[in-house]
Amino acid sequence: MLVDLLPIAILGGVLGLDVVSFPQAMISRPIVAATLSGALIGQPLSGVLIGAALELIALETLPFGASRYPEWGSASVVGGAIFASHPDHPAGAMTVSVVAALATTWVGGWTMVKLRQLNAVWAGKNRVALEAGARGSVVSLQLKGMTADLARGLLLTAVAYAILAPLSNMLMMLWSVDARVSRCVVVTAAASVAGGAAWKLFHSTSGARWFFIGGLAVGAFVLFVK
Amino acid sequence: MTELPIGTRISIFARLLAIQGAWNYETLLGNGIGFCLEPALRLLPGGVHSPQFHQALARESRYFNAHPYLASVAVGALARAELDGEPPERIERFRTALCGPLGSVGDRLVWAGWLPFCSLASLAIFGIGGGPLAVVGFFLISYNIGHFGLRIWGLNTGWNHGLRVASALGNPVLRRGPQEIGRLAALATGIAIPLALGRVIGPGRGYIGTVLLAVAVGSLLVVRLQRRIEGWRLSLWLLAAFILISVIR
Repeated sequence: MLVDLLPIAILGGVLGLDVVSFPQAMISRPIVAATLSGALIGQPLSGVLIGAALELIALETLPFGASRYPEWGSASVVGGAIFASHPDHPAGAMTVSVVAALATTWVGGWTMVKLRQLNAVWAGKNRVALEAGARGSVVSLQLKGMTADLARGLLLTAVAYAILAPLSNMLMMLWSVDARVSRCVVVTAAASVAGGAAWKLFHSTSGARWFFIGGLAVGAFVLFVK
Repeated sequence: MTELPIGTRISIFARLLAIQGAWNYETLLGNGIGFCLEPALRLLPGGVHSPQFHQALARESRYFNAHPYLASVAVGALARAELDGEPPERIERFRTALCGPLGSVGDRLVWAGWLPFCSLASLAIFGIGGGPLAVVGFFLISYNIGHFGLRIWGLNTGWNHGLRVASALGNPVLRRGPQEIGRLAALATGIAIPLALGRVIGPGRGYIGTVLLAVAVGSLLVVRLQRRIEGWRLSLWLLAAFILISVIR
């Protein structure tokens, strides 16, 4: 586990940076982040599996302006790494990995708020220079913010993985519910959040409900034909 | 000035990717706008040591709010205005007026449209059996065609129109795009949810019907409770309770 910690933390840092600071190319979305994390462990398929479950939940939390939202980049790396560390997918592996990711995303959202407050403190300290149009202050403030964000993601991932990976192993050893039922519970929770999110996003779009029903018919048909 | 030198344009574009690097609750995107405009302001008469440069950089680093991708429109337009020597009062009025539209249009087009659509379409690919490379590759390529395209379009449009850029915001993609993408995303939601949950559960159909029914009820619950608790928090508590039950029974 310790051997994995450094590369996972670096990946978490880079993907945490993508959430807001640089470059917002959405490599921090769970479907990407968890897959990359799984690939780092040597299990990309496990990564995409948990990434899909997390992506369903993440559909609800889009990065609107100054709103406070959970940080999915580092969290998906943690969840993906924990799940991919158990390639035979024992009962409870998906449940504890998703909960580990959700707990990390919560703390990650809080750290982002703190970082934004810190950026404001740094800007306040540079107010005179900024009002004088000092090039160095504008550039250094930007670089400092990004460096701090990278460090935030890296530290968050390292601490979360170091705490949650052994805890998850312990919980999996005590797990008593059937593996298939456990997955059904996770996927029901995740898809319910996605369904609710979709309604919130598209219910005011004219005709969207017919497109949704049409899509649902196609999806259900393909599912039962497969 | 009619043309922005290519080196300056590349430098501004690279900085646009980091426009939110110093985002904070006081000046929001302000410092990022100054940071992105700085390569263009170097072209002012007298360069980086001139009073014009310092005054312009100070002006441009003040409070600003916009969608991060569409902020490129503002950066292009402000670069043009500063280099054309527009009066400072006019530039400040323009900055104030631009904040609202660039925020709301971008939120609807990207955060509430393009991002969920690409996410759901990649989940549908996952659901029909796509491998990690296909799923991630589809998501990143499709999303970033829109992402980079919007930033490049914004910078060019802003530069070409200068302070008259408001008319360009009437572009059909920005006006009708959110509606059209919303419909496509609704279609993708319908396709993706059953397929994705089918794949996560695994082979066999024993549980699918029950899960689909539970998802319908769960979605209703998430919508009903939306003002009290967010869905992700609700699922965290429910799954944590499930873990507790599973390990202590």
